[in-house]
Amino acid sequence: MAGQDCLISNDWICGEYLRTRSQELTDATLQHIGITLASVAIGLLVAFPLALLARRWRAVAGPVLGLTTVLYTVPSLAMFSLLVPFFGLSPAVVVTGLVLYSLTILVRNILAGLAAVPEETREAARGMGYGPLRLLFGVELPLALPALMAGLRITTVSTISLTTVGAILHYGGLGNLVYDGMHSYFKAQVLTASVLCVALAVAADLLLLLVQRLLTPWTRAGNKAGKAAGKAKSGPGGGKAAGRPAAAEGAL
Amino acid sequence: MGVVERTWTWLATGAHWSGTDGVWHRLGEHLFLTVVCLVLSCAIALPVAVLLGHLGKGGALAVNLSNAGRAVPTFAVLVLLLLSPLGTHGSWPTVIALVLFAIPPLLTNAYVGMREVDRDVVEAARGMGMTGRQLIARVELPLAFPLIVTGVRTAAVQVVATTTLAALPGGGGLGRIITAGFRLTDTAQVVAGALLVAVLALIVEGVLVVAERLLDPVRRRTGPVPG
Repeated sequence: MAGQDCLISNDWICGEYLRTRSQELTDATLQHIGITLASVAIGLLVAFPLALLARRWRAVAGPVLGLTTVLYTVPSLAMFSLLVPFFGLSPAVVVTGLVLYSLTILVRNILAGLAAVPEETREAARGMGYGPLRLLFGVELPLALPALMAGLRITTVSTISLTTVGAILHYGGLGNLVYDGMHSYFKAQVLTASVLCVALAVAADLLLLLVQRLLTPWTRAGNKAGKAAGKAKSGPGGGKAAGRPAAAEGAL
Repeated sequence: MGVVERTWTWLATGAHWSGTDGVWHRLGEHLFLTVVCLVLSCAIALPVAVLLGHLGKGGALAVNLSNAGRAVPTFAVLVLLLLSPLGTHGSWPTVIALVLFAIPPLLTNAYVGMREVDRDVVEAARGMGMTGRQLIARVELPLAFPLIVTGVRTAAVQVVATTTLAALPGGGGLGRIITAGFRLTDTAQVVAGALLVAVLALIVEGVLVVAERLLDPVRRRTGPVPG
C-alpha cells in the first residue's frame, strides 16, 4: 500500500501511477506518434511538389515561401480553433494544422538542398542521357538528402512538441494527459506525460539521424577534410536552411 | 465572405473592447507578458552568448540548446510550472515558461553572430593591442549587432505567438479571446483573436526593425555601410 501513498499525496514521481495507468499512457503515446507520423508524412508529400513548383517558376517561389512563413506565425491555438469548422472535432484538425506548420521548414530545406546541387553534376547527368525525372530522383534528390533530412528532423521534433496543443480538441496525444492533469492538479500525470513527450522527440530525432546516415553513406565516407569540404559546399544553402528556419520555428 | 464580415463586426463592436475580458485589457496583458519575457530572456541569453562567442567556446552548447528547446513543449512546461509551488504566484509560471522558450533562439543567433565576425578583423584588433573587453565592446559587438537583433526579432515574434498558450491554464493575454471563441464555437471571435495576435506580432517586429536602424553602431557611425 506504500505505492498508493504517492497517488494520494499527489507526488510528482509516482510508480503506482505508472503501474495503474500504463494503458492510458500507451494509448496517449500511440495517438501522439500517429498524429506526428501522419502530419510529417503528409507535410512531406505536400512540401515536395511545392518546392519543385517554386524551383521551376520563380513567380511561384515568392508566394509559396511567403505563405508558408505567414502560416508559421499563426498561433497554434488559433490554428487548431480555426480549422474546426472545416473538419469538425476530429484528429484531421490537428494533423492539418501541423502539416501547415511543417511546410515552412520542409519547403525551404528541400529548395535549399536542390539549389545546393552543383550545376556540373546536373550537366554531367544530362550528358549521360538522364531525363528530367531520372535526373530529379536519381541525382538531385539524393544530393539534396542531407538538407532535406535536416529539415525533416527539425519538423518532426517541433511537430511532436506542438501536438500537445491539440489537447484543446482532445486529440493531442500525450498533451491530453497534460491538459487533464492541469485541471485535476494531477502532478504525476503531467510530469510523466511531459517527460514521455520529450523522450519521444529525442528518440525520433536520433532515429532520423540514423536513417540519414544509412541513406547518405557518402557523407561520412571521406576523412575529416572531406567532411569539411562537404559542409562548405552545402554552406550557403545549408546555412540558410538549417540556421534561419531553425531559429524561426520552435514557436507557437 | 461570411467569416470575414462577422470578424469585422466582432472587432467593430465596442463592447468587445472594454472590460476585463475586453480586447484592450487582453492586449495589455499580452504586451506586458511579451515585454517582460523578452527583456528577461535577453538579459540572460545575450551576455552568455556574447561571452561564449568571444571565447569561441560552447558552440555545441548553443546549437544543442536550441535543438533541445524545440523538443520541449511549451504547453507542458507551462502546466508543470503551474502545478509547482510557483503556480500560486500570478503570471510567474507563464513568464518563466516563455523565458525558457525564448532563450534558445536568442542564444544561438547571438552566438552565431559573434562567431561570424570576420576573424581577420578580430586578429587586426588584437594586433593593435586591444584587450578582450575592448575587443567585445568595440569590434565584435558592433559587427555582430545586426544578427543579434535579428535573433531578438525572431524571438519576439515567437513570444507574441506563444503567449497565447497562457490562456489554456486560464492565464491572461489575447489567447483568452481565442479560447473563449473556441468554447462558444464563435469562429469570428477566433479569427479576430488570431488577427489581433498577428497584428501585435507585426507591430513588435516593426518596432524592433526601427530600433535596429536607430541603434546599429556601425550604421550610426559611418552612415550606410556597403556590404
